[in-house]
Amino acid sequence: MSVDAETVRRVAHLARISLSEDEVAALQGELNGILAFVEQLREVNVDGVEPMTSVTPMAMKMRSDRITDGAVVDAVMQNAPAREDCFFVVPKVVE
Amino acid sequence: MTDLTSLTLAQAREALRKREFSAVELAEAHLAAMERGRRLNAFVLETPDRARVMARASDARLAKGEGGPLEGLPLGIKDLFCTAGVRTTACAHMLDNFVPTYESTVTANLWRDGALLLGKTNNDEFAMGSSNETSFFGAALSPWRRRGDERPLVPGGSSGGSAAAVAARLCIGAAGTDTGGSIRQPAAFCGIVGIKPTYGRCSRWGTVAFASSLDQAGPLARTVRDCAMLLRSMAGSDAKDTTCADLPVPDYEKAVGASVRGKRIGIPKEYRVAGMAVEIEALWQRGAQWLQEAGAETVEISLPMTKYALPAYYIVAPAEASSNLARYDGVRYGLRVPGRDLLDMYEQTRAAGFGKEVRRRIMVGTYVLSAGYYDAYYLQAQKVRTLIKRDFERCFAAGIDAILTPTTPSAAFGVGEMGRADPVDMYLNDVFTVTVNMAGLPGISVPSGLDSQGLPLGLQLIGRPFDEETLFALGASIERAAGSFMPEKWW
Repeated sequence: MSVDAETVRRVAHLARISLSEDEVAALQGELNGILAFVEQLREVNVDGVEPMTSVTPMAMKMRSDRITDGAVVDAVMQNAPAREDCFFVVPKVVE
Repeated sequence: MTDLTSLTLAQAREALRKREFSAVELAEAHLAAMERGRRLNAFVLETPDRARVMARASDARLAKGEGGPLEGLPLGIKDLFCTAGVRTTACAHMLDNFVPTYESTVTANLWRDGALLLGKTNNDEFAMGSSNETSFFGAALSPWRRRGDERPLVPGGSSGGSAAAVAARLCIGAAGTDTGGSIRQPAAFCGIVGIKPTYGRCSRWGTVAFASSLDQAGPLARTVRDCAMLLRSMAGSDAKDTTCADLPVPDYEKAVGASVRGKRIGIPKEYRVAGMAVEIEALWQRGAQWLQEAGAETVEISLPMTKYALPAYYIVAPAEASSNLARYDGVRYGLRVPGRDLLDMYEQTRAAGFGKEVRRRIMVGTYVLSAGYYDAYYLQAQKVRTLIKRDFERCFAAGIDAILTPTTPSAAFGVGEMGRADPVDMYLNDVFTVTVNMAGLPGISVPSGLDSQGLPLGLQLIGRPFDEETLFALGASIERAAGSFMPEKWW
């Protein structure tokens, strides 16, 4: 499988990364190089093989459902690029 | 007095306990070395004030005989570990003003045991790279150079700054992370020891995430014993990381120097890759011989899925990275670039905040997870991963205690020499290390010799899950036979 410029633009949009036309061309070549490299996986027979979900067998840890943390508004907001009081400020999203 | 930067962690620990010098003196010696070593670009942030405060506290505890296992020992910390109140960037423009309000579990464990922070070390941006050249702060340089050649070499990556700093004696030990070889490859390139423990041995909490099913923290240091000391402190269960194992942490140091008599060491024939340097092949045979001389038995084994590990990795790791890095949206922390609207702000922020390699991997990851391609790429890779792990399980079930391989297919290369034309060239560096992450196993790299140009080469030992002790025993055996290697100072 190889990707065309339109696919590169679509994937960039899905990834929320803006690209210039020059970058689209460069990435198209690089992605096709990487995809050609991983193509060899197709020759592996995986009939009846379960996909890996956990590299070491482990049961999900359970904990009691109670509050253990919180009331740290200042810490949460400290690195905000734009804030007003305890709100993150973003460009207007509703008309 | 001896140069305090020439001591190993174990030597410094003994001397501090005997009060031969103070933790403040030890810290000052390393702060001075760090300053003189700035040409190496190994540190992206120096924290001398914090180091001095911590050293004074260590001296007070040592005076009362209350020192912890790492009391007063100055470390470099990869800039992927969040350190409370100390800028943590992942060496990315996206995070270049980020000051965490919390401490990663691994670093908290090190401070609990008395270690002190000298500074944050350089790495590839978001740990994506094998040469440290993708760092937003520029490449770290190896303290090693080819004989009669002044051109700078890479220290490897992604934990390149950590490896360079340890090899150049700017710090006694360092914390790194390893997703596909990021501790072991730089350790090999810089002539030091590095171990990636079993997946789940160290908590990932508070460490900037790259690929969550592969990422593990581990130490880099100049001896096997020093790595054992550091790992004992770094490892341990953590309620904040559900994938962190609830297992007691052994005293790894006890394994250093333990007999390796009767251990069965697998030599995987598939690692004899085409085009492998003759010197690497010779080193590998020498390593097997050293272990035989120490009483171990070497057995040829087969790991037939080896060649598929790297392509499978370059699907799984970017897929997980694209998901993990979705959080960088310019809203809650990190860089924000204004846009026409919310969507444009996201796209502009992420275009400016991520470097080329990171963008490339996010794109690959997004593509292989996108509708219509998920089964062909991601699902296939995860099935292949099951088979890769099965290869190892079969060998261990047949009585193999550990597996010996070269760490890298070549010695360190020059800055700017690799991967410019084709990113896959750079990826091939990880061909021997990446299988270990894919199978969640522990792997250690031990310096084992110099090539004809005077550059260090490493051997890797791969162990059973949670059997780091066997790796420390075997690693120490190779270390005894091979000796240690030190770069000539030019910086």
